[in-house]
Amino acid sequence: MEMGKAANYENELATELRLGLLGTDHHEPEKQSFPSSLVIKSNKRSSSEMDYNSSDKCDQDSAPPPKAQVVGWPPVRCYRRNALQQQKKTESDVSGMYVKVSMDGAPYLRKIDLRVYKNYPELLKALEVMFKCTIGVYSEREGYNGSDYAPTYEDKDGDWMLVGDVPWNMFVSSCRRLRIMKESEAKGLGCL
Amino acid sequence: MNQLWKMDPNIKKTKNSADSANYPEAIQSPSQFPDEVLEKVLSMLHSHKDRSSVSLVCKDWYNAERWSRTKIFIGNCYSVSPEIVARRFPRIKSVTLKGKPRFSDFNLVPQNWGANIHDWLVMFAKVYPLLEELRLKRMTVSDESLEFLAMSFPGFKALSLLSCDGFSTDGLKSIATHCKKLTELDIQENGIDDVSGSWLSAFPDNFTSLEILNFASLNSEVSFDALERLVSRCKSLKVLKVNKGIGLDQLQRLLVRAPQLMELGTGSFQQELMFRHCMELENAFRNCKNLQILAGLWDASYVYLHVLYPACSSLTFLNLSYATLRSDEFTKLIAHCPNLRCLWVLDTVEDKGLEAVGSCCPLLEEIRVFPAHPFDQDINHGVTESGFLAVSHGCRKLHYVLYFCQQMTNAAVATIVQNCPDFTHFRLCIMNPGQPDYLTDEPMDEAFGAVVKTCTKLQRLAVSGLLTDLTFEYIGKYAKNLETLSVAFAGRSDWGMQCVLGGCPKLRKLEIRDCPFGNAALLSGLKKYESMRSLWMSACNVTMNGCRLLAKEMPRLNVEVMKDEEDDSHVDKVYVYRSVAGPRRDAPPFVLTL
Repeated sequence: MEMGKAANYENELATELRLGLLGTDHHEPEKQSFPSSLVIKSNKRSSSEMDYNSSDKCDQDSAPPPKAQVVGWPPVRCYRRNALQQQKKTESDVSGMYVKVSMDGAPYLRKIDLRVYKNYPELLKALEVMFKCTIGVYSEREGYNGSDYAPTYEDKDGDWMLVGDVPWNMFVSSCRRLRIMKESEAKGLGCL
Repeated sequence: MNQLWKMDPNIKKTKNSADSANYPEAIQSPSQFPDEVLEKVLSMLHSHKDRSSVSLVCKDWYNAERWSRTKIFIGNCYSVSPEIVARRFPRIKSVTLKGKPRFSDFNLVPQNWGANIHDWLVMFAKVYPLLEELRLKRMTVSDESLEFLAMSFPGFKALSLLSCDGFSTDGLKSIATHCKKLTELDIQENGIDDVSGSWLSAFPDNFTSLEILNFASLNSEVSFDALERLVSRCKSLKVLKVNKGIGLDQLQRLLVRAPQLMELGTGSFQQELMFRHCMELENAFRNCKNLQILAGLWDASYVYLHVLYPACSSLTFLNLSYATLRSDEFTKLIAHCPNLRCLWVLDTVEDKGLEAVGSCCPLLEEIRVFPAHPFDQDINHGVTESGFLAVSHGCRKLHYVLYFCQQMTNAAVATIVQNCPDFTHFRLCIMNPGQPDYLTDEPMDEAFGAVVKTCTKLQRLAVSGLLTDLTFEYIGKYAKNLETLSVAFAGRSDWGMQCVLGGCPKLRKLEIRDCPFGNAALLSGLKKYESMRSLWMSACNVTMNGCRLLAKEMPRLNVEVMKDEEDDSHVDKVYVYRSVAGPRRDAPPFVLTL
């Protein structure tokens, strides 16, 4: 039974559509911290809340990436869970955190929830994983020079901005959508 | 619900019979004991466990008991049928019914599973026209059923719905409209259709009997005008829990009308208030001399918490589980509450907040710490073992804990139970499944071993973290009073579950998810399940063959299986319970009764 479940999960990953260059690394599913004899059976019974973010374990920085959510765990009553999530929304002064993400050359867009991330490095890491690209490190002077892609976003005024210039919270509250530009096109944005 | 009774004409006195102390020789045969006297004596018995014991003494006592029982508690609605209840108990005025397995609260039970109240109501209307109280937990209730209820029982007084589903605020409108003698309307944490708040306006103008009103978990706004008038004219109102739509200025007006309140659930605590109105609100709280229980405090803004201070010293139960207070904000508040017996908080108060609890609340008996962000993996937030330690150090009377945390150690738990050996309810949730002791990297076996060895009165236990079979060896061996056990992502083999089923003489409810327990474990409890209310196993290693064997060997158990989608032999969920009503006739297609 367990082997079957594990194999199914592997198959799912294998058939997952990838955006980006062929031949890029497969990402290992993150190893769960409980004994391997246990498998998350809820793979199959997942509600729409299931959220897999697979990522490399080797180059983690401070915060661990969000793990797969297990149905009904932690055991918090649905009512309480919904009530607290609603509160979270009213507290943090931010509306509609799912934003579209496009990447030049990709056939379709993705959507991410900006509130899952606490800072720019987390967001950029997630984008790199999602689109199988390298974005590199931000610098105020150079932008994302030297990397293949540059992340940009459309703000509330409709302008296209380089990701990283403003404080994180300000970015989150003003970002309407993201676009990962090819570095060659992004040159214009980085110039001072 | 036990139909086994014994004829015993030689019964001597029992501790339940007050009169037998005066007439010891007269009790040679129960038939010499006048029925009316026996019934009168038995009518003073309220605990349903006592009544159950009494009914087992002999046929006469069984009859006397059933005629004198007015309140009935049914812990599993499928363990008995409406017909059987109606036949046995002719004079019921108050019914408590529980339906779905508890894990349905966590989305583990699909929709339309059952536990519908309607057939029960139809029977009650026939047999108990004088029904006054109905308390339901995890049942499915439709608007039609609520309307039927409102119309069928002219003396109906108290309705309590906790964690139910299937109805809307329209159903509440029927209750408000037709139940002229209503004293209690308690709507808590249900999955319902919140259509509009107009139900509250449906209470007639001459309606004055309300004593308990709780609509805190409903979202739609009610008419404040209607609420204020209702509160004004219901002079016996003792419990009022309003929803988020009620702001601070409105709260002040309500408190002025009902200073006699004993329990208050505030609405939203975040409004912009002028200083003058703040003072008025603080005075209103000062005038509530009987306030013992405080809840609500949605979006509690620290700025306004001081208005509560005059009322805090008499508080025995403070429910801050929907208020995201930081530790400094919370610490200031808790310093005003020295008489707390029961505290519910969010883990936003952090360990520092819990240290304050330890210092300020020496009388504390119950604490529940809920996670503000249960799916947030950031370890820097929330509470750890040191918060729990601090509470145990300062609150030696602690006997009930529910604690959600990111990390725990065996040593901490051992110290905690040494400080507080009287735990009756110990529910520890280390939120990352299968997480070991974060200091030693060892399993958490010794923690729960310490709990069951030290806390001899333990009735309810929920375990978590990395656990081997050793935990369950400890539980089986030491937890002699354990009635309810919840297990998730734990154990190594069948042996674990076998230990529990082989020990724990008082076990009634066992709920297990995502554990490597299979058929051998399931079948080791064959004889045990009839003395239990129920067993739930999901995402374990049980197969159809195992369940079929169980069903075959134990015909008086209902063995209900919810199958795995792909794998025909593997069982995703199995729910086993004793029943005198036989297999249920309303099982949906995805539930297979074996």
